Amino acid sequence: MKATREAFGEALLELGEKNPAVVALDADLSKSTMTLAFAKKYPERHIELGIAEQNMVGVGAGLALCGKVPFITSFACFLVGRLEPLRIAAAYNKTNLKIVGTHAGLGIGDDGASQMGLEDIAAMRALPGMVVLQPADELEAKQAVLWAAAHDGPVYLRLTRQKLVDCHKPGYQFQLGRCDRVWAPQPEPKHYQATIFASGGTVGEAIKAAQDLTARKFAAQVVNAATLAPFDEEAVRQAAAVSERLVTVEDHNINGGLGSAVCEAAAAAGVGVPVVRLGARSFGESGMPDELYDKHGLSAPHIVEACLRNL
Amino acid sequence: MTTATATKTDLKKTAAQLRISIIRMIEAAGSGHPGGSLSIIDILLYLYTQVLRHDAKKPAWPDRDRLILSKGHACPALYAVMAHCGYFPESELMTLRKLGSPLQGHPDRLRLPGIEASTGSLGQGLSIGLGMALAGQMDKKDYRVYAILGDGEMQEGQVWEALMAAPKFKTANLTVIIDSNNGQIDGHVNEIMSLDPLADKLASFGWDVKAIDGHDFAAIAGAFPADRTAVGKPRAVIAHTIKGKGVSFMENQIGWHGKAPNKEEADKAVAELAKGLS
Repeated sequence: MKATREAFGEALLELGEKNPAVVALDADLSKSTMTLAFAKKYPERHIELGIAEQNMVGVGAGLALCGKVPFITSFACFLVGRLEPLRIAAAYNKTNLKIVGTHAGLGIGDDGASQMGLEDIAAMRALPGMVVLQPADELEAKQAVLWAAAHDGPVYLRLTRQKLVDCHKPGYQFQLGRCDRVWAPQPEPKHYQATIFASGGTVGEAIKAAQDLTARKFAAQVVNAATLAPFDEEAVRQAAAVSERLVTVEDHNINGGLGSAVCEAAAAAGVGVPVVRLGARSFGESGMPDELYDKHGLSAPHIVEACLRNL
Repeated sequence: MTTATATKTDLKKTAAQLRISIIRMIEAAGSGHPGGSLSIIDILLYLYTQVLRHDAKKPAWPDRDRLILSKGHACPALYAVMAHCGYFPESELMTLRKLGSPLQGHPDRLRLPGIEASTGSLGQGLSIGLGMALAGQMDKKDYRVYAILGDGEMQEGQVWEALMAAPKFKTANLTVIIDSNNGQIDGHVNEIMSLDPLADKLASFGWDVKAIDGHDFAAIAGAFPADRTAVGKPRAVIAHTIKGKGVSFMENQIGWHGKAPNKEEADKAVAELAKGLS
């Protein structure tokens, strides 16, 4: 059980040894974004730019244009808040820039609303060619970081401050643009009353909800969407074919993120299955992560209710 | 790669020819930015023919010098110089802003080999240039990076973030050139949002600053020494220029920032410029 930002820090260290082109850039948050270990081991490949994120995007793009593999890091909200350089220097220029937004969502807890990136997926999904990844646990986060480093093009990695439960078995292999099922009742039913789509910080809650539902003889499975762009539309079509409803749960604004991606895919496939979306409907606030997940409707009891509710 | 030293007269003649191309391109496109293209063309011509280490046949050469036109709206000037240097046939200039043309309304590196960064959203080029300069430093390469910004563009906050950062890293391989033509869409820069005293500001940020007449080739030569000696600091060249330079009715006229001449206006401009060819 680890925060995905911790897994990122470890993977970055590993990459530093494997690939001399890897460079890490910070905007005064290296202790929080977990680039500090890399910075200590490879000081000549660490660039501290101070509290100036838009410049960091441009500097990262320039490094990428000269063959480096730069990872620019800050809180998700502070990075994606600089959307214009991300639009031009990263996406339009198709630079090989790795954009790492940590401290995503309500899950950061007591720092409160101004530090919570809740709009970043929506913004980044709208940039052509931008890959948007949100790993759900340590194993997946490490693989996603290594994948991002090997991929030629801009990638946005959305990571958590809080620790996440392990939802993947040791043999798991991350695949770009593929959802994976992380929980199903045994024996597997042919038909589900609900398929729950979750991503990042909400996957653990979704699994808890599915376990609770199973105990109540209600058939539910959990699908993890680690890639938000390009989105796995086929996974939605397949889930819709065997489910009475789809439920989405995300630590992000209700608009523009996972719930929207699932609705778009369901509508495009012409499946007549209702989609119940759970996500933030307001700005965040201070509190403990579990309190916030509960208050904003992302915790297991809310997911259970979304599966059982009469539509 | 051009290393031959051209005479001042040759440069002036070539500049006049390129100014004619700029006018004709924008006329043909029916839109574009003549004012800021005419103000920067002398510097672009000098850099591409006398200073930059580059090869039109090898636009991806890793050791080339990099020039970023951050004030991307002046790309007619850049395209004219690139065609002059052989990056593409001069006949292509007339496709500016047309559907499918590599000569986009603002520079696009993925459509036109030789463009170092796609720009046009102001304020970003110096940061990108700094990243390139840092990569050169890390790799112990001796290529140089030049970023050309407009003076109006200096109002963007990101520019000052980059200006603050470069001296920290002692990127002596980075030069920022400010095309100080005192014009922007809504009026004169010193009235819209003054940058004064710009040289003092840049120097206080840790830059090696030089202010020159951006249309005087002897002055331009002095600002871009051929010997590539580093001064231990990033360099800033404030080029005092005239918006619309070379066309009497465009000079210092804010209205010509982003307006295409019609046939009659273009003919008149070309007739004036043609006098500089002989």
